Amino acid sequence: MAARLLEVDDLSVRFTTEDGVVQAVDGVSFELERGKVLGIVGESGSGKSVTALTIMGLTRDVNSRFGGAVRYQGRDLLELSDTEMQNYRGNEIGMIFQDPMTSLNPVYRIGEQIVEAIEAHEPVDRKTARRRAVELLRQVGIPNPESRVDDFPHQFSGGMRQRAMIAIALSCNPSILIADEPTTALDVTIQAQIIELISRLKADFNSAVIMITHDLGVVAEIADEIVVMYAGRVVERAPTRELFYDPQHPYTWGLLGSIPRLDRSKGKRLYSIKGAPPSLINAPEGCKFRPRCPHAFEKCLKEPELESRVETPGHLDRCWLEGDYKRANRDEAIGGGRSEAA
Amino acid sequence: MLVCAAVTFIVFVIFIVVPGGDPAQRIGGKNATPQLIENIRHTWGFDRPFYVQYWALMKKMFSGNLVSYTNQQNVVSQIVQGMPATFSLTIGASIIWLFFGIVVGVVSAITAGRWSDRVITILALIGISMPVFWLGLVCRYYLAEGGIATIFPDGEYFPITQNPLQWLYHLVLPWLVLAVLFIGFYGRVLRGNILDTIHEDYVRTAKAKGLPSRKILTRHVLRTSLIPIVTLFGLDFAAVLGGGAILTETVFDLHGVGQYAAQNIASFDLPPIMGVTLYGAFFIVFFSVLVDLFYAYLDPRIRPT
Repeated sequence: MAARLLEVDDLSVRFTTEDGVVQAVDGVSFELERGKVLGIVGESGSGKSVTALTIMGLTRDVNSRFGGAVRYQGRDLLELSDTEMQNYRGNEIGMIFQDPMTSLNPVYRIGEQIVEAIEAHEPVDRKTARRRAVELLRQVGIPNPESRVDDFPHQFSGGMRQRAMIAIALSCNPSILIADEPTTALDVTIQAQIIELISRLKADFNSAVIMITHDLGVVAEIADEIVVMYAGRVVERAPTRELFYDPQHPYTWGLLGSIPRLDRSKGKRLYSIKGAPPSLINAPEGCKFRPRCPHAFEKCLKEPELESRVETPGHLDRCWLEGDYKRANRDEAIGGGRSEAA
Repeated sequence: MLVCAAVTFIVFVIFIVVPGGDPAQRIGGKNATPQLIENIRHTWGFDRPFYVQYWALMKKMFSGNLVSYTNQQNVVSQIVQGMPATFSLTIGASIIWLFFGIVVGVVSAITAGRWSDRVITILALIGISMPVFWLGLVCRYYLAEGGIATIFPDGEYFPITQNPLQWLYHLVLPWLVLAVLFIGFYGRVLRGNILDTIHEDYVRTAKAKGLPSRKILTRHVLRTSLIPIVTLFGLDFAAVLGGGAILTETVFDLHGVGQYAAQNIASFDLPPIMGVTLYGAFFIVFFSVLVDLFYAYLDPRIRPT
């Protein structure tokens, strides 16, 4: 059997800080097949960005410790040296970041920054690399790419910069594109365009995509599978349709309920999950969501395993509640008209 | 221009206001009769209103006729005489301090927190805290002619036109002594800048592209981190060139512009002080403009479109 494209297996990431050890990622597992889109959803501090950066080998530091494995086509990336990892970054796995305003170097022309990425992995001459940079800019929808290629980042708008970032990330035809909150810093109208662009390019470049976001609405359209993270752990994992129709974890209900919707009855306040995510230095015992969960009971003092609790295959969750109780109570958190909208 | 004029005017006013500033008294000497002083005052124009005096002084300066109150030597030609020594000192020392400042900054930043960084930090602090007059004298005492280990000649400037080797030989110690302070300072500033820049998002992007770490450092980190160093360097270079290395020049008896300034400050002699001030202000202004132009080259965001 051919090795999976990407397999994250029981990944844990710990950072030693002055305040103590931060368990940023704890036992996270998922797989990614060629051409698929995986959404990772969670609040700030849930460990989703750290997971992504760790796949790229960008969290390596004297203060960080890793457990588990990140297997890319069967090869554990965590065991590679930083120099070996350079061949994977950009070349096999490309990444785009949250803030396009600061992610491009202000002192180099857009074209140079794309050319630089191509030259890092392929023995091409400058002219060819430049021609490819122009072509990439055209593919990501920059008008007049022949002249805009010589612009500096400050001459680009936010949306255009994110397009340029995507061009850089795709410059070497990576098998995986990791998008870490690619639309958070952009206008809503631009957001939709960028999401659409990513899903179109995914097909053109035959890449798999990991889309990280705090907004379930962003991944609803394009993800094949969704992983919901909370406090460094996966609390629910399901095919996208399944997650929207039959969400199992109260945290997922909260996320679903906090998406603003036009079909909700007027005057009703937008739902928000009470409290703040726990500190990852001294995480609460048992279920990590327990202190904020309105449905918590005695059993939650012991942390549930991530396992299949419903009939649908591939739908895992970490919650002790009984199926009937969930079905009876979740609509209140999510809000009415859920099934029609999904 | 405006800055230079303002600077000279301020120096002039200070000179008039400060007690003991009556130049007629000095020209006349210790046993001058009141009549003599009155005569001097009149012939030199000290009895005129201060703006008239200022104007006359400036006119003399730019026609090259300005002379010292104490020894009647021509100020402009004295400054010109001191320039080769000062220029030699500045250019040599600045190359040393810029080069080693950058090396020190880069090495301590990329090994931040490790022992090499700590050793460099301590050395840099020692370098910054060592007074030039003390370090210069210690070097002369131990390393110069007549000292304990004679490696270098003892002070004085040797013109490059006569013998380039001797010129170099005579300048090594002053260069090093002057550079030590700046190396420590530049190293610390650059270290901080690099450590700030390393956490910029675009450096993360460069890593995500799979660039080799050497290229990330030189292309993405150093380029930005060196911008503040350029400002520092432009102004420091101008200050030393403008006679600011008073201590180094004096300790090593280089007869440069700085030493000339020191002598005349000691004898409270207005025309030379004025001349050196204007000369120094010119370089500061000139290099500030250069720095601004270089800035625009380094950072496209401030280029006029």
